Amino acid sequence: MKARTMLRHFRESFKSLARNGWMTFASVSAVTVTLLLVGVFTALMLNMNKAADDIENDVEMNVYVELEADQQAVTTLEQEIEQLSGVESIEYSTKEEELSGLIDSFGEEMALFEQNNPLRDKFVVKAVDPRQTERLASQIGTFENTHSVEYGEGKIDKLFSILEVSRNVGAVLIFGLLFTAMFLISNTIKITIVARRTEIEIMKLVGASNWFVRIPFILEGIWLGIIGSILPIAAVSMIYYNVYEYMQPRLENSFIQILEFSPFIYQINALILLMGVVIGVWGSFMSVRKFLRV
Amino acid sequence: MIQMKEVYKKYPNGIMAANGFDVKIQAGEFVYVVGPSGAGKSTFIKMMYREEKPTKGTINVNGIDIAKLKANRVPYLRRNIGVVFQDFKLLNKLTVFENVAFALEVIEEEPKVIKQKVMEVLDLVGLKHKARMMPDELSGGEQQRVSIARSIVNSPKVVIADEPTGNLDPETSWEIMNLFEEINSRGTTIIMATHNREIVNTIRHRVIAIENGVIVRDEQRGDYGYES
Repeated sequence: MKARTMLRHFRESFKSLARNGWMTFASVSAVTVTLLLVGVFTALMLNMNKAADDIENDVEMNVYVELEADQQAVTTLEQEIEQLSGVESIEYSTKEEELSGLIDSFGEEMALFEQNNPLRDKFVVKAVDPRQTERLASQIGTFENTHSVEYGEGKIDKLFSILEVSRNVGAVLIFGLLFTAMFLISNTIKITIVARRTEIEIMKLVGASNWFVRIPFILEGIWLGIIGSILPIAAVSMIYYNVYEYMQPRLENSFIQILEFSPFIYQINALILLMGVVIGVWGSFMSVRKFLRV
Repeated sequence: MIQMKEVYKKYPNGIMAANGFDVKIQAGEFVYVVGPSGAGKSTFIKMMYREEKPTKGTINVNGIDIAKLKANRVPYLRRNIGVVFQDFKLLNKLTVFENVAFALEVIEEEPKVIKQKVMEVLDLVGLKHKARMMPDELSGGEQQRVSIARSIVNSPKVVIADEPTGNLDPETSWEIMNLFEEINSRGTTIIMATHNREIVNTIRHRVIAIENGVIVRDEQRGDYGYES
């Protein structure tokens, strides 16, 4: 395609944006609302994933020792655990220490148990790679003086299932909005096509190639998508900047961290822009295919 | 040049507009297509530039069976065929020059070549001096001249005209016919559907008469044939 022709297509596509004033406004608004929600939701989602990862990385396991194990057996167990590959740290805590921890947290009622301490001595073991936790837990479980191993897999599963549900709800919502935006874009393009019916008819009669006829409409769709993404990009950037400024100092000492402003915000913005373009192209393709019969 | 073999066309509403067309048109011929309204004249003509696709049969144009032509090749077929309509189909926002140039712009011709060719055909149709005017500043006959200029600007081998004088007064019609004669004398094949008895009976050419989707008569230097 020649540069001159491309220039002509650009000019035509801008002309019809201006000519279709209100439909342009409606499509751009729909794209704006959609992308704003997509942007906010994605930012939220990615941060929740990050939090889940942070939590997962902080997994420790509690290895409870059999009641009848003596000092010698405990030392043997400790050595056995230490010798496993992938163990980062191991810490011993007697049942008396455990109980005083409970009394500190839950109050003096817990002191009743000092007569007959129901707790067990335990090792707190941490894996170098948190994904290895499950493997280590099952290995340690086979050792002679291990009573049981706990590593809070239930809690993590629960967190993940909450994430899963909210992700699905969000996906349905976003799909609905994307569909609406595409429908509106496709309608705007349809009006353009109707307005230029004679022109298109003549183009086809004198032998314009199908792409020559199509390109201006597809460009128009792309502009609708890009214009629609401007406001969401500005809004999401501003919101995330403020949230980041607020949250960052407060989370400083926590093991959960919010995603860094840069490059995260550029990635989100690129995603918003891309979605805008995709909606635009898709919307115009639907109209062009249906109404142009090229 | 153009050959139809066993061509049938059935529209979705059940009407058989072509019931076995068998016809051959040589290069350089001038052919009138006559017949009552709704007889199948338009279908006959439209199938030649693939505006309509036959249900069955072959239509050979310049050695290619256009009934089987892929949709993305149709534009290249149309570049060798000029089409003129009763209602001119000009773009009212464009000048006379731009309307004619449009046919070359969409096939990505060089601006220099476009200018030269457009002025040439405007000269041929006698409208060089009105190149900068808008279509609605022209008379009906002049508008039809512009559309004829557009149809021949990329030097097609065939010009197909669907009742080109249908909207014009008798005197203007004669002027348009003279123009078609002139184009035909330069070697371009002309196929014209018409209801104009006087023209057909005066400027004698081959006549193909169509009734109910069938070619009922095909004679060299024929007459219009229907009583008024």
